[in-house]
Amino acid sequence: MDRSQIRQPRRSSRRPTLPDPHGLYDPAYEHDSCGIGFVVNIQGQRSHDIVAKGLQVLNNLEHRGAQGCDPCTGDGAGILLQIPHEFFARVAPAAGLALPQAYEYGIGMVFLPADPAGRRLCEQVVGNVVAEEGQRLLGWRDVPVKDSHLGEQARASMPAIRQVFIARDILSEADFERKLYVIRKRVERAVRESAIPERETFYLASLSCRTLVYKGLLLPKQLPLFYQDLADASVVSALALVHSRFSTNTFPTWSLAHPYRYVCHNGEINTLKGNVNWMRARQGRLQSDLFGDDLQKLFPIIHERQSDSACFDNALEFLVMGGRSLPHAMMMLIPEAWVGNPHMDMDRRGFYEYHAAMMEPWDGPAAMAFTDGRLIGATLDRNGLRPARYVVTHDGLAVMASEAGVLPFAPQDIRTKGRLQPGKMFLVDTVQGRIIDDEEIKADIAGRKPYRQWVAAHRISLDELPQPMNVPQPDHATLRQRQQAFSYTIEELKMVITPMVVNGEEAVGSMGTDTPLAVLSDRPQLLFKYFKQLFAQVTNPPIDPIREALVMSLVTNIGPKPNLLGETPESCRRIKVQQPILTNADLEKIRTIADPDFRSRTLRLLFRVADGPEGLATAVEEMCRQAAEAIRTGDKFIILSDRGVNAEWAPIPSLLGISAVHHHLIRESLRAEAGLIVETGEAREIHHFACLIGYGAGTVNPYLAFETLVDMAREAYLPEGIDAATAESKYIKAINKGLLKVFSKMGISTVQSYCGAQIFEAIGLNSDLIDRYFTGTASRIQGIGIREVAEEALRRHAEAYKPAAVHQLDFGGEYHYRVQGEHHNWNPKTIATLQQATKTNSYATFKEFSAVVNDESKTRSNLRGLLELRTGTPIPITEVEPAAEIVKRFTTGAMSFGAISKEAHETLALAMNRIGAKSNTGEGGEDPERFVPLPNGDSKNSAIKQVASARFGVTIHYLVHAKELQIKMAQGAKPGEGGQLPGHKVDETIARLRYATPGVQLISPPPHHDIYSIEDLAQLIFDLKNANPDAAVTVKLVAEVGVGTVAAGVAKAHADKILISGDSGGTGASPLASIKYAGIPWELGLAETQQTLVMNNLRGRVRIETDGQLKTGRDVVIAALLGAEEFGFSTAPLIVEGCIMMRKCHLNTCPVGIATHDPVLRAKFTGQPEHVVNYFFFLAQEVRELMAQLGFRTVAEMVGRVDKLQAHKALDHWKARGLDLSSLLVRPEVEPSVPVRCVQAQDHGIAEVLDHALIERARPALEHRTPVRIDLPIRNVNRTVGTMLSGEIAKRYGLEGLPPDTIQIRFTGTAGQSFGAFLARGVTLTLEGESNDYLGKGLSGGRIIVYPPKGSTFVPEDTILVGNTVLYGATAGEAFFYGMAGERFAVRNSGANAVIEGVGDHGCEYMTGGVVVVLGATGRNFAGGMSGGIAFVLNEDGRFEQRCNLGMVELEPARDPADVAVLRDLIRRHAEYTGSRKAKAVLDRWDDVLPRFVKVVPVEYRRVLEARKVAAQKHAQQKAAPVHG
Amino acid sequence: MADIRGFMKVKRSGPTRRPVEARVHDWKEFYEPIAEDALKAQGSRCMDCGVPFCQGDTGCPVENLIPEWNDLVHRGRWIDALKALHTTNNFPEFTGRLCPAPCESACVLGIIDDPVSIRVIEWNIIDKGFAEGWVSPILPVSETGLRVAVVGSGPAGLAAAQQLRRAGHEVTVFEKADRIGGLLRYGIPDFKMEKWVLDRRLDQMIAEGVTFRTNVDVGRDLSVEELRQSFDAICLAGGAMAPRDLPVPGRELSGVHFAMDYLTQQNKINAGDPPPPPAERLTAEGKRVVIIGGGDTGSDCLGTTHRQGAKEVYQFELLPQPPPQRAESTPWPLWPMQLRSSHAHEEGCKREWSVSTTKFTGRKGRVEKLHAVRVNFQKDDQGRSRMVEIPDTAFELDVDLVLLAMGFAGPEKRGLLTDLEVTLDARGNVAVDENYMTNVDGVFAAGDMKRGASLIVWAIAEGRKAAAGIERYLKTKALVARG
Repeated sequence: MDRSQIRQPRRSSRRPTLPDPHGLYDPAYEHDSCGIGFVVNIQGQRSHDIVAKGLQVLNNLEHRGAQGCDPCTGDGAGILLQIPHEFFARVAPAAGLALPQAYEYGIGMVFLPADPAGRRLCEQVVGNVVAEEGQRLLGWRDVPVKDSHLGEQARASMPAIRQVFIARDILSEADFERKLYVIRKRVERAVRESAIPERETFYLASLSCRTLVYKGLLLPKQLPLFYQDLADASVVSALALVHSRFSTNTFPTWSLAHPYRYVCHNGEINTLKGNVNWMRARQGRLQSDLFGDDLQKLFPIIHERQSDSACFDNALEFLVMGGRSLPHAMMMLIPEAWVGNPHMDMDRRGFYEYHAAMMEPWDGPAAMAFTDGRLIGATLDRNGLRPARYVVTHDGLAVMASEAGVLPFAPQDIRTKGRLQPGKMFLVDTVQGRIIDDEEIKADIAGRKPYRQWVAAHRISLDELPQPMNVPQPDHATLRQRQQAFSYTIEELKMVITPMVVNGEEAVGSMGTDTPLAVLSDRPQLLFKYFKQLFAQVTNPPIDPIREALVMSLVTNIGPKPNLLGETPESCRRIKVQQPILTNADLEKIRTIADPDFRSRTLRLLFRVADGPEGLATAVEEMCRQAAEAIRTGDKFIILSDRGVNAEWAPIPSLLGISAVHHHLIRESLRAEAGLIVETGEAREIHHFACLIGYGAGTVNPYLAFETLVDMAREAYLPEGIDAATAESKYIKAINKGLLKVFSKMGISTVQSYCGAQIFEAIGLNSDLIDRYFTGTASRIQGIGIREVAEEALRRHAEAYKPAAVHQLDFGGEYHYRVQGEHHNWNPKTIATLQQATKTNSYATFKEFSAVVNDESKTRSNLRGLLELRTGTPIPITEVEPAAEIVKRFTTGAMSFGAISKEAHETLALAMNRIGAKSNTGEGGEDPERFVPLPNGDSKNSAIKQVASARFGVTIHYLVHAKELQIKMAQGAKPGEGGQLPGHKVDETIARLRYATPGVQLISPPPHHDIYSIEDLAQLIFDLKNANPDAAVTVKLVAEVGVGTVAAGVAKAHADKILISGDSGGTGASPLASIKYAGIPWELGLAETQQTLVMNNLRGRVRIETDGQLKTGRDVVIAALLGAEEFGFSTAPLIVEGCIMMRKCHLNTCPVGIATHDPVLRAKFTGQPEHVVNYFFFLAQEVRELMAQLGFRTVAEMVGRVDKLQAHKALDHWKARGLDLSSLLVRPEVEPSVPVRCVQAQDHGIAEVLDHALIERARPALEHRTPVRIDLPIRNVNRTVGTMLSGEIAKRYGLEGLPPDTIQIRFTGTAGQSFGAFLARGVTLTLEGESNDYLGKGLSGGRIIVYPPKGSTFVPEDTILVGNTVLYGATAGEAFFYGMAGERFAVRNSGANAVIEGVGDHGCEYMTGGVVVVLGATGRNFAGGMSGGIAFVLNEDGRFEQRCNLGMVELEPARDPADVAVLRDLIRRHAEYTGSRKAKAVLDRWDDVLPRFVKVVPVEYRRVLEARKVAAQKHAQQKAAPVHG
Repeated sequence: MADIRGFMKVKRSGPTRRPVEARVHDWKEFYEPIAEDALKAQGSRCMDCGVPFCQGDTGCPVENLIPEWNDLVHRGRWIDALKALHTTNNFPEFTGRLCPAPCESACVLGIIDDPVSIRVIEWNIIDKGFAEGWVSPILPVSETGLRVAVVGSGPAGLAAAQQLRRAGHEVTVFEKADRIGGLLRYGIPDFKMEKWVLDRRLDQMIAEGVTFRTNVDVGRDLSVEELRQSFDAICLAGGAMAPRDLPVPGRELSGVHFAMDYLTQQNKINAGDPPPPPAERLTAEGKRVVIIGGGDTGSDCLGTTHRQGAKEVYQFELLPQPPPQRAESTPWPLWPMQLRSSHAHEEGCKREWSVSTTKFTGRKGRVEKLHAVRVNFQKDDQGRSRMVEIPDTAFELDVDLVLLAMGFAGPEKRGLLTDLEVTLDARGNVAVDENYMTNVDGVFAAGDMKRGASLIVWAIAEGRKAAAGIERYLKTKALVARG
């Protein structure tokens, strides 16, 4: 993968590297994802066959890579081999080279400027450095390449490719390899810092005496055609590491192809910025005997302007070259989840604890394959978020790849098959000639040093420190004023703090946010408010921190960081804290610690009021200076403290303080030598803590928040039974829980990795402020500087210390409207006017509404208000396309039936269908009744059907009735998060539509469990397209920095439409912090998307929609000009239906019957479809008026015409005047022929799928229900088999489908991904062979049977058979698997029955229905979030209980006769269908085995079922009772 | 919010009025006290709206934090409720008794049910506050030494005075009448607000250091020049006392009087002043009375006539009878056009709508008959509403006393306003800028004098806003003075 960090000036039109940041596009946010694999001869025997097989693997992974707008240019492919000495010995003379023996020389694979002058200069640099390092340059060889197959883009940017040969003098081989590393680092830096033309082309793909990399901007199949060496039979190797790249962008470059020198990577490093900063921060502390004086030459260890994979490769290489073994270094960089694993061996735990004190993990999804030429292996991140399967053959070949079936083997040749498990390693040692399993590797490495003893002896735990004597006590007399100085409000106490101390979790709110951005607010805002949390979407899955808590950790080590290259007992000498929020006593423990190794210094986080706004910068600089000096004089903790705020001293915003000091110390190379602690009265919300930690704080003491709790307790503002101490501990718990969620939405698992990772985007801060104090943070529209930050602090201070008899907190008004509080777009005036206009069908009143809204947005609320239309030559309005055409471009947002009432939901559908626009189901499924039009021609069928992470009600029947299928990757109100529908909201109807049980809570997982990466999304799009080829597939994204590049990837994944959602919308319930602090306005996201897609020439094949508090015709026109061709509305139509922004959606008490299921309140609903129709026609009419003024006849002409916009000139606001919106209005410099709107359809590649043949052969069944049987071979490239056929069945026969077994299809081979997805009732798929991920996703009544090939020699019940995320979101049907599945078997299953012989981690996660039988072992976290259905697990080792997540389920024996009957019948049929030996054995000894089955049943589910049973019995009794007349 | 479903459980109820028979024989306030539990229950009906319309555009002008104190009352946190109430409203005891409560007609609960009893809750918060001794003088932290004159001691003037005094300025309130309070004192009958309610608030203000000077008609007793020289800023809050007259034949007859003259006289008597000589005594005792004007002042006259012992009372309104429920033309959350019946109507009255009085006749200079005709309103070509007499509907009525309660025509222009040379707006009120300052530097205006006759709550709101404007003005001036 790569998240590139490249920011290079553009030197040449040939674009050898990524383009510059331009407008809102910034290459720093490029992502990609890929297929990886390796082939190795375990014995280390070299052959050309290994190379050929490697290339074959690569070719079979092609569908995981991507093509850009130019179908012949891939995103990159490459292969890493051992150096084939024989080959080079043969070709050397022709190049004028005389080679020494193998390993006596190194080869560099070099990309050079195509321009000969630049090339020569680069070569000179290489020559000079080699000489200076005492080695001998043997010469250069032109690598023979054939570019005739290349795509245009690849050819245009192709470098000159040469190999350089360097002879080894004297040194040992290991030292020589190290020397080559030093040479490479020096050369890279020298060229980078030179003035050589096209120097950015220069790149050393590899420089080693062991390995060699061939790679480039190629498609997999082009690689061997391009590099002719690879075809040579004497190019032999014992191993081949390959990679096929899928980048979100279309600026892939030659150098960004994998493999790197040691790794190839499928995944993404989420904590990259922090990791790179920390590596740089510790440079000052590094020492190494191995490098000696060479160490300095290696700096920077990580060159920042490169991709995340490349950065990782740099770090790994550094550790390995610094003396650690390859697996050891991998374990340091990507440790498995050990904190929450009580079963882990103590020594191994010691190893991880020791190294955790040394360095922070590189966190994010990763399948990382690595080699040093002798060892080759792969490891998976702690979450197991990337697939990796392997096969070992009897003749000593090991093949590992992202998919099964990449190389064909006869069944009898296979010795074992397996998959990589989360956090585990697979390693082949070609010297020892054997596979070393995870246990052995880790036991060996963990046993090399007494890590556990070292930790015990040297690491200090905060808990063990003595209780301090003088803990600061609350000061009631000054509390109110200090609260005011930090702008505490009553609303915050009530709505934010109180829920935390009552429930131990963050508060929930509803209906999005409609207050101004901080920079547009008239009121002074805390600096935190300018920072928006980033979140994972598409390229990277968010984590579920609750249900998958086992991977999360808040444990951190604070204090100075040791020399990374050292390995001494003292290296772990730090203080371990269990979580990052310090109580006053905790902080005093550290402050008063006697140990001179931990001496602390407290610095004043205050500035003098008398110095005015200018005083802030001076005070900050002084604080930075003092911090550096303190460290130089031996202090190990710097505590930044704003205690002491009074009439003379105002607080320095704590975020500014910490980040300034953090970056200053990094720049001074001092950061690793001390821990930073913030003692502040400012932080109180989760977001505040996330910001402080994200910008470098190790721990935070929120003393004023604690004092506030004491005060609330004293004033009896806390509920009964909660005293100040309880409140404090609950508050800390809530903050912790919230922090985990903030990390997890970016896909980060540990606080240690989050610290300093800067996962934020700033809105409204100018670049002086950012560059100086928040280095590296995106801030794209400029805004205020440090002076205004000071001004805000001083205004707060002035309010607090003004002479007044009474000091009372301000009410607030941020969450709920108050006249005297913050401005809200939806206020009494706008709501009432809109309702009156639509109810009375008065366009004049609507104009009044839009005038107020437009005026308010101009004066003080949103970015579009700061844009002006440039009216040109007007045209008569009669020439503008009719409103009836324009309304077709409108949609209503995804509000589920569940979030809103039946009446409210259906009214929207009726209205939208009447005008040819589109309503959206939301994620709750839809009643099939609504698919049928009403007799009067109306229809309640939502044109857009959403597919969200929980897949509620997503059946094949649902899919075929859509005009548009929308994949929700994120939602504006809470991007990166899942959701929860509490049991009391799940009534009979909702339960029926969602395939759930009434009264039982429903959980939506944060990620789609079939989308962990961009290629997974492409797969889901492909699946949906197969299910319903007539429906457009839309991907819903939320605006954040980098959304443009994600959108480019989505366009390449063949989405028909991309929805860019703004941050401000949101109609249901969400955590308040998410509503306020995640996501950015749609204006920015849309403009970035448009620019990136146009720049990439991808815009022409995808439509763009935007939404997020659109209200008026002006909003629509601006959205169109910025690049949208469709427009979504949610809040406004709800208001038309009667919503009055009660913001009680989460409480079921909506008084106007919209967001409630209470029948009494639903009866109050007065919305009418006519009102909604009126609204949309008003809008269209207003759009037409503006179009006439602008001179556009159709909306299509208007799309992307940013030239018709200009930034508001009259910006005169003390904060907003610094804004610069010009980046939104950039039009990419492209050929005029490059489209700026959608002009062509995507090619989904469904014309070639196997299903066309299946449909043809199943015609008798489809047309006459006549049973058919089909036999076919299958390969991994045959994806989504059976789905299109199922769509045909659903279209004809509805949800009922066909009678069982009407269509029976037998396959032999390896099935590609999504085998049997959404399989309809009546189809049975039997597969002899194996399958990849996502088998049976959305199973809709069909049956799937999989068993290993006849003649297999491995033990089927212990062998991987069906991949990850099998039966995800299945609603009905059956599946039988004679073998094991990977992770997340039957995740979100809501009705299918399945039998399997073993599953990986997270089995039956979020399950709500169906029966799962596991005849063998499970992985960890079985039944996490499982709220319905039943699982039976054969508990052979008696340890199942430890692997089961008991949060929501109970375990009991399978005794109930009804249970036993179901279980036995399933096993019996399993044996029958698959021939399972295990099943037969179980049945043979049924009475002995039965007691060993554990029944897993969700507690809540059982309670509801039992209550129902009782009710049914009662009912029966009443019926049966004789009636006495 | 303590009970999110309170509105679904509890029905609206207000305090009960004393029985008509009991109340028409005294001048005491006509409401019975309400039990604390009942109030708490009423508080629970507040839905804690995301957008509380009670506060907004069409809601409470003084920006009361209604959801806050509703909730606090519901929880029995009276002191906190009082604090919250006092942050926006200096005199909730006036508005709690007298306000027509636009907050209630804008209350969101009103969409589906009866609105929350906001006014009664407000009233009880403050009365409890006084009863418990929680209302005490709030002294300024420091003195600024700056002097502000407030002309007029009605709700606008008093609010401005209190705000300015608490900010540390030396404040003098000038009142041309013999007692402080303006309309609150002499316009409002005791049965709506007994005057000790006003006095206890004035006691607080006196304790806070506000100087009151009665019987000073600025412009006559005290020259404008003198005023400007003695004070750093002036706040004009003299009300809009010029009554709207009925220029018909016979208007000059004795027995035809302005409502305000009538009400003032009774208030003075109730306050202990000796009654005027019989010739000047305006009383309804034993008389047949017609009140012309259907508004609040008319209603106040009505209640007064009952208590004076009127024989028979009519109330005539020019406009047609409004619908019993909210008219379609004034949907929620607007102030509804609808039939309103006050306590006084309950006490007895013959109400007639669409009646235009054409003349009075009488003998010996005393009115004896009222002549009237029925009218309706028609839209003309330009859409303007025009009154048209309905043919053959003229009628006459024997009367002894006619009270003109037809509203006010703006502030008195003679004297003060003319002397100060302040600019007036199109409607004849004093024009001000966004800081409530008139065209004359340092001269501000608030309340009815600035906006025309309006609600007490608007007067308080404007008094506060003018005070804030004065505060800003003085701060700038002080800065300039300091150099």
